[in-house]
Amino acid sequence: MVAMADWLDEVKSRLGEAVLDEAEFRGENTLVLDRGSLPHSLEVLKEEFGFNSLVDLCGLDMGEDQDPRFYVVYHLRNLDTKAQLRVKVGLNEGEKVPSACEVWAGANWMEREAYDMFGIEFEGHPDLTRLYLADDFPGHPLRKDYPTEGYDFEE
Amino acid sequence: MKTVVEQTGRRTYTLNMGPQHPSTHGVLRVILDLEGETIVDAKPVIGYLHRGTEKLAEAKTYQQVSPLIDRLDYLACPAYNFAYCLAVEKLLGVEVPPRARYIRVIMAELARIASHLIWLGSHAMDIGAVTVFLYTFREREITYELLEMAAGVRMHQSYFVVGGVRWDLPEGFIPKLKNFLDILPSKIQEYENLLTKNKIWKLRTVGVGVLSKEDAIALGATGPMLRGSGVEWDIRKAYPYSGYEEFEFDIPTGEHGDTYDRYLVRMEEMRQSRRIILQALERLPDGPIQAMEGKLYFPDPDKVRGEHRDMAALIHQFKLVSEGFHPPKGEVYQAIEAPKGELGFYVVSDGGPKPFRLRIRLPSLMNLQTLPVLSKGHKIADMAAIIGTLDIVLGDVDK
Repeated sequence: MVAMADWLDEVKSRLGEAVLDEAEFRGENTLVLDRGSLPHSLEVLKEEFGFNSLVDLCGLDMGEDQDPRFYVVYHLRNLDTKAQLRVKVGLNEGEKVPSACEVWAGANWMEREAYDMFGIEFEGHPDLTRLYLADDFPGHPLRKDYPTEGYDFEE
Repeated sequence: MKTVVEQTGRRTYTLNMGPQHPSTHGVLRVILDLEGETIVDAKPVIGYLHRGTEKLAEAKTYQQVSPLIDRLDYLACPAYNFAYCLAVEKLLGVEVPPRARYIRVIMAELARIASHLIWLGSHAMDIGAVTVFLYTFREREITYELLEMAAGVRMHQSYFVVGGVRWDLPEGFIPKLKNFLDILPSKIQEYENLLTKNKIWKLRTVGVGVLSKEDAIALGATGPMLRGSGVEWDIRKAYPYSGYEEFEFDIPTGEHGDTYDRYLVRMEEMRQSRRIILQALERLPDGPIQAMEGKLYFPDPDKVRGEHRDMAALIHQFKLVSEGFHPPKGEVYQAIEAPKGELGFYVVSDGGPKPFRLRIRLPSLMNLQTLPVLSKGHKIADMAAIIGTLDIVLGDVDK
């Protein structure tokens, strides 16, 4: 896994100031990217570093009192070198993330799911509707302030 | 009397398929745009079976989440518990004892055979070959008897627990499994005799639902969907887990990415799974079946209240019941090669006894996303073959 550090350094120097933070845990690398650098930084990762596969994309709610409150988490993979990278982009209520659909077509449903569950809006998404829940479903269930029992609709 | 038919020109119309339709394998609804009988566009509508597994998991301890997980793909439960347990073990930094690793591999490969048998039976039945369904269910029954022997229940076994397996393999399990593996090749040959060179089968599957290599990768298709398109990719080889690097097996791939190639890939995968189980049985080590025995999963009842009562075991039992164990703060992603494709768990821990966030990357969901690409330009009658070739389970699509 010596080569891993090499490409990671290259990624960091190529993305420059877009990298806000980085972490390593259990051999997995995470980069926190600046929201403004998207979708360009994702394109760079795909075109220049060969991350041709978007394995997963999901939302993450850190809690109402956190800044940023939400993260969009991308799990990227290079099918040729088997390199894996987790990219996180933070945002707060009312802010939008550029859609990754143009970069990886598979992002479509996963972004719809993140919108469905967290209310995260993706700019430039071709059809940003709820994936699982009914169109008139109140609220976004995976938010931390959404109780497991559901809202009291009588009030 | 003569009926005069006026030529009105081409136009598309919309047809609703499902959510209750015999060929959708559950509650899947597809909105089809048709021109005559030709599919112009297909839009899957999902969520009819959504149970909010990810939200539920945030309110349960790590061990309590496990039974929720095998309700996702109810046709290959061990594979799902497998991925979840591996993810939590990675978070904990725990190494599972060799015997448990081998038992897990045996069960997961048995689940792959069971899942592929159901897929083959229902896929062939959708296309019109009902006999195959009766044949595959005969063998599938044996796999369920085996799983029942080990876990005590036929479905939703939850036989794997974080740290290992719930209990050791029962007496008589290995001979029965060996018997099953002995007859399996002849049974697979029997299915192949019915289908592989069958003219009608080939007419219905060759060139139907073609997925190019590029589309497969871009759309996030995994498992036999990706391999059928000619990409040699298998998580068991790429990122070996649970000791898969110790086993010899091949990755079958297709050439044309059509329904027929995916059929051949899955048939070969059953044979490869058999190969893996045979190797695992041959080298099955003795020893403990749980890591940190008693600290991650309940200690032996005999040690808690029986003759060999032990204060430490009682304390662990109490702690597990009252709060559960605390993994360190951090986040991990763990993927396995489930029968239907890549199954991944992204677990975020805040140091508490419950997952802060549990994200499940489902293979069926991502494979279903390729449906519009697969069906475009085909006749509506091919829809049954195309949904069948995706090998989706709606519990696995809707979480």
